[in-house]
Amino acid sequence: MRSELDRPVQRELTRLRVNGEEFELYLPVHKTLLEVLREDLKLTGTKHGCELGECGTCTVLVDGEPQLSCLLLPLQAEGRELTTVEGLAEGAALHPLQVAFAELGAAQCGYCTPGILLAAKALLVRDPRPSRDGIKEALAGNLCRCTGYVKIIEAVELASQRMAEA
Amino acid sequence: MLRLPRLRYLRPATAAEAAARLAELGTRAMFVAGGTDLFPNLKRRQFEPDTLVQVPPLKGLRRADGHFEIGATVTLAEAAAHAGLRAALPGFAEAAGLVSSPPLRNAGTLGGNLCVDTRCNYYNMTYEWRKSIGFCLKKDGDICLVAPSSPRCWAVSSSDTAPAAMVLGASVVLAGPDGERELPVAALYRDDGIEYLAKQPHEVVTAIRLPAPKGLLTGYVKLRRRGSIDFPLAGAAVALTLDGPIVTGCRVALAAVASHPLEVPEAGAFLVGKRLTDETISAAAELAAKPARPLDNADLTHFWRKKMVRVIVERAIRRAATPSVT
Repeated sequence: MRSELDRPVQRELTRLRVNGEEFELYLPVHKTLLEVLREDLKLTGTKHGCELGECGTCTVLVDGEPQLSCLLLPLQAEGRELTTVEGLAEGAALHPLQVAFAELGAAQCGYCTPGILLAAKALLVRDPRPSRDGIKEALAGNLCRCTGYVKIIEAVELASQRMAEA
Repeated sequence: MLRLPRLRYLRPATAAEAAARLAELGTRAMFVAGGTDLFPNLKRRQFEPDTLVQVPPLKGLRRADGHFEIGATVTLAEAAAHAGLRAALPGFAEAAGLVSSPPLRNAGTLGGNLCVDTRCNYYNMTYEWRKSIGFCLKKDGDICLVAPSSPRCWAVSSSDTAPAAMVLGASVVLAGPDGERELPVAALYRDDGIEYLAKQPHEVVTAIRLPAPKGLLTGYVKLRRRGSIDFPLAGAAVALTLDGPIVTGCRVALAAVASHPLEVPEAGAFLVGKRLTDETISAAAELAAKPARPLDNADLTHFWRKKMVRVIVERAIRRAATPSVT
């Protein structure tokens, strides 16, 4: 353990594309994508939870698919399209999922919400009118300790319905 | 905060080059593919390499000459969703789809799941936790905390895809610095919680070959606390062939009941030549459960897990024989 701090830090010029914007950063290779998003890019919408891949609150979209940013190195994300919760709204217009979550009280403490919104967004791209079981399956990697999930599932259904009608 | 340790990170272009890097660096280096198991383990300091060698992309999932050839870095999600694989080998595709949770299956790879580290309640803990209770044989200590009088480590093999591959008679392609070789999945493991892989540490799994003969019926049933995420507490993989109502071939292998995926030839042999009835299925499941030795080092009680092995083998046989019935 102690000898870890005697090791030199390998820093690499890393190109990341986050929410459509290009960033060029000189980063320690062992810093996780979660830490880079929050500490270097100040995108603090992505939350720090268990850091071990169990809770899902650090979920981001990598080329449109939900992955856990606490278990990715920035160099592994090079050349991929990254989306965080900050990239969901279009200008001042919230994503229909965000509107539905607010209207139905699907966020209580809100800590799991960014990850769930992104997992739900990926689901609706793949399957615009998902079944209730499909929603449960898609959100299976995201823990919520407040809502009991019912309102979250209802909010995804409402957003899906509104997006289909729009 | 659980930070990763300071590491060097190398990105070789080919599997042979990755193998050469690891052969050169020895125990100082480890391979990383999806990282979904390695990174948590590194954060808890269960490994202390100073260098990670990225397994280069080894993609592709194709059917040729009666078998599937799947690149080792095909993700668990990709394998689970592949229509051809689901139709021909549902047991294997479902095993891949039952690993962990959706975001982890989007990153975790098939090669990674086959080589996933063995697990134990006394080992998959933070450095501080392990230090406070006294380190174990698998990392930093000199006794097994589950079986203190035992000279060996009893950490549990926790791959779902390994037993599912084993019952197919699958093999892996291994790349070393000087070339490739093929190894049956059944020969990839050792009965030891620490040295659980029989391949050379520097050999890279580059592909998995799954025989998919016509008429083969497969099933996998997994036992875990939460259906949404957990590692297996037990798993049962079954592959069988029928001639009319008579079983002509059957293989059964278990997950998470030993330090290696455990094939139980007695159970398969018992069914050959018989019809699948409630009685024969139950008797085969009884035989399959016999060698399972769950210990008190995983979730829930080991007495219950032992009892449930028979139940899930029974379910897996039924699932294989009648794919539409769950």
